[in-house]
Amino acid sequence: MQNSLPELVKCDVFSLFNQMRSVSVDLNNDSSLLIDIPDALCERDKVKFTVHTKTTLNSFQKPEFSVPRQHEDFIWLHDTLVETEEYAGLIIPPAPPKPDFEGPREKMHKLGEGESTMTKEEYAKMKQELEAEYLAVFKKTVQVHEIFLQRLSSHPVFSKDRNFQIFLEYDQDLSVRRKNAKEFFGGFFKNMVKSADEVLISGIKDVDEFFEQEKTFLLDYFSKIKDATAKAEKMTRSHKNVADDYIHISATYSYLLICLHSLCVINAYRHLEKFSELLEKLRKVEGRVASDQELKLTELLRYYMRDIQAAKDLLYRRARALADYENSNKALDKARLKSKDIPQAEENQRQCLQKFDKLSESGKQELTSFKGRRVVAFRKNLIEMAELEIKHAKVRIKSAVCSEHNLFTHN
Amino acid sequence: MSFSSVRNPPPFLDSEDQEPEYDTRELDSDDGEDIFTGSGNKLFAATPPETDPTTDIFSEEGSFTVEKNHPPAKTNGVQSDEELDLFAEATVELTLTTPNSRGRKEIIGPTGPLSTTMSTQNSLHMHNSLNKPLEELEEEESGDTFELNIAVTNPEKMGDGMNAYMTYKVSTQTTLPAFHIKTFSVRRRFSDFLGLYEKLSVKHHLMGCIIPPPPQKSVVGMTKVKVGKEDPSSAEFVEKRRAALERYLQRVVAHPALLQDSDVQEFLEREELPRAVNTQALSGSGFLKMINKASDAVNKMTIKMNESDNWFESKLQEVENEEQLLRRLHASVDSLVNHRKEMCINTAMFAKSVAMLGSSEENSALSRALSQLAEVEDKLEQLHQEQAFSDFFILTELLADYVRLLGAVRGCFEQRMKAWQRWQEAQATLQKKREAEAKLLWANKPDKLQQAKEDLTEWEAKVGQCERDFERISSTLRKEVHRFEKEKCRDFKHHIVKYLESLLRSQHRVVKCWEAFLPEAKAIV
Repeated sequence: MQNSLPELVKCDVFSLFNQMRSVSVDLNNDSSLLIDIPDALCERDKVKFTVHTKTTLNSFQKPEFSVPRQHEDFIWLHDTLVETEEYAGLIIPPAPPKPDFEGPREKMHKLGEGESTMTKEEYAKMKQELEAEYLAVFKKTVQVHEIFLQRLSSHPVFSKDRNFQIFLEYDQDLSVRRKNAKEFFGGFFKNMVKSADEVLISGIKDVDEFFEQEKTFLLDYFSKIKDATAKAEKMTRSHKNVADDYIHISATYSYLLICLHSLCVINAYRHLEKFSELLEKLRKVEGRVASDQELKLTELLRYYMRDIQAAKDLLYRRARALADYENSNKALDKARLKSKDIPQAEENQRQCLQKFDKLSESGKQELTSFKGRRVVAFRKNLIEMAELEIKHAKVRIKSAVCSEHNLFTHN
Repeated sequence: MSFSSVRNPPPFLDSEDQEPEYDTRELDSDDGEDIFTGSGNKLFAATPPETDPTTDIFSEEGSFTVEKNHPPAKTNGVQSDEELDLFAEATVELTLTTPNSRGRKEIIGPTGPLSTTMSTQNSLHMHNSLNKPLEELEEEESGDTFELNIAVTNPEKMGDGMNAYMTYKVSTQTTLPAFHIKTFSVRRRFSDFLGLYEKLSVKHHLMGCIIPPPPQKSVVGMTKVKVGKEDPSSAEFVEKRRAALERYLQRVVAHPALLQDSDVQEFLEREELPRAVNTQALSGSGFLKMINKASDAVNKMTIKMNESDNWFESKLQEVENEEQLLRRLHASVDSLVNHRKEMCINTAMFAKSVAMLGSSEENSALSRALSQLAEVEDKLEQLHQEQAFSDFFILTELLADYVRLLGAVRGCFEQRMKAWQRWQEAQATLQKKREAEAKLLWANKPDKLQQAKEDLTEWEAKVGQCERDFERISSTLRKEVHRFEKEKCRDFKHHIVKYLESLLRSQHRVVKCWEAFLPEAKAIV
């Protein structure tokens, strides 16, 4: 069973992506640097993405090229960006989450165990549904990785990042470079996060009105969106369960029909046949509704939860810079008192102030554009979700009416 | 539930009513209405609309209507109007006391237009059946049919603590002359229903009739109710039981033989019934029943019947298969209902969460849209809840009923086997007696010979009786199975239609919800 799945997902999934541009908001507009992931392979636990770049920029060696990348490479790229001091005033696009096939894999396992209790048809349908689920997870993870790269490419500063270029171009395995980088940055990163958290949460009121507002808003919004994401996930999961139940029912019903076939009152069982067909249609609709809900709603919330975390990180960094600045002030005062090392302290203070100001300025810019981006994305997804729900409900209506019509004309 | 059945008329009908039927009496159908459609008799064209008003009245209580097959002559029309009026008051009374009647109307009662289409469809369906080969068993066609509507309503708790019990109001409206009054109602408790079943089993089982089984006992459910917890699950339990009892009674009176049974009539009419104590689980008779069941099971394994008629063997196999499948289907639908309920809870939680999110959103248009989304999800949750309810009542209960009914059918087959066994045993004993007589003849003992001869005649009579019993049970069983299958067909179809209707209704509302949300989403700036 495990072997069959990789074959399935090896195929080119590009065409399917066009329907999947959910959380992204028209990235990849700038023709000077176009990135996409046209192909991906799933081998056991590892997913290999093919990152394809098309560029008119001179900084690249070739105008068009592709490289294979793994998830860990993306994480490395993200981490290096986070560590880069210059980018402290920018919202670093959130790292794509690790591909998680655990859900469908577990279900597939359970299905295999329960094979003997089901009819052949039921088993085939469940397997089909599971394969679709697997494919959906796969599509999602490819999309998330793609968006990450596209956000970098469409950002004026990030697109010029050296590491980003290496990521896109370097046609050999990045794992060697990755290892070094990780060891170096790993510990530092963690420390920074911890202390920044404390700084922010200490509740010091920010002098700057804008940032104070942002801080309150983002903190509050983050907890709410995290909660909403969790609830949305639960809702989508139970929706999936309902859709799965329809499979069982539809399969058992058609089996029942086969058994009753021998009855002489065949005409009378025509309605059961129609009902069975209806059930089959319904279950497909339910499956679609569940997956659409997942994509448009749950995924949207999930993505922006991560994005807001990235915005919060920016605020942390700014708060850290402020703390540094204040410390440098204190150091300067101390130096002045002791009349020792004054020029160094002054220099330090000046640098801190400069850093802080730069951070604040770019931070403001970034947060404002983030607001706009978020609103647009929500709008797009909510509209699409509503339209899809309407479409599916109409399909259900049509199927039911069709069945009813059949019931009454056939008898 | 609205399905047709026909009653055997008492002898004192006017002859003109009977005339149209004589031509078509041989034809197989138990829905007299179609005969008339087939013959194109204009007199009966008005029948479907006539049933409408009565159905409407009963939709509140969820009763079923027997299609009136007698010509809508003036006298009959007037009569039905009277019935209408009489029961209209009763209906009002019911509405006032049962707050759930509104909801139930949607779920259980047949709606006016639905039954019209049902009746037209039944006639169309049966039109086809007229073309079926005549080897199919026939049922006695009646001239006039009479109406008998039953409703079980008003569950009330009597008594206190562990001795508490629920009583239900059983209302009957009938034109059958066997009953003294047209409309009446009595209060019955659950054990009364079980008692009725016991009595009917004893009487009719030996004849091969398929007796509808009552709803099952539930110690857990009843204890909750007794203890007096006013939570929704005990209310649901009571409602479930009430609906099940109603269906049970409706099936009982749908059976032509059972309707004429004095026990049934007594059940419907008599004010006070003696307490049926032998239905208690832990009584002496309860234990006796368990022992009997066990011995039956053993017998089943050891009896090897010489089946002269293959029909029975294959039919039994079919019944057993079907029972298995319906059981599986029931389990699946049950799981669907549970998952849908779970989805309701999750949707409600999500709605709250989105509302919170909307309130903390700084962009006002988005904030409005998010709160609107929360409302939509809330409405959807309600719709899901209703859908779950309807899934349950329409499908699950139907399936559970039929699993039990198929069990009852199997029981009849077993009865037939037992009858056969008795016949064989009687034959074996007869053989022994013959041998004994032969021996005596040989040994020449005239006094004992007389005794032996008398024994022989007695046993020959017994064998004859057993054989006749067996034949009778076989032929009744055949007829019963046919009748049962037709009813099952109709029942399933009816429920499927109801399910479709409820699905359509809820989906239209889903579309409305989302369509209302769409402009809000588009207004986000």
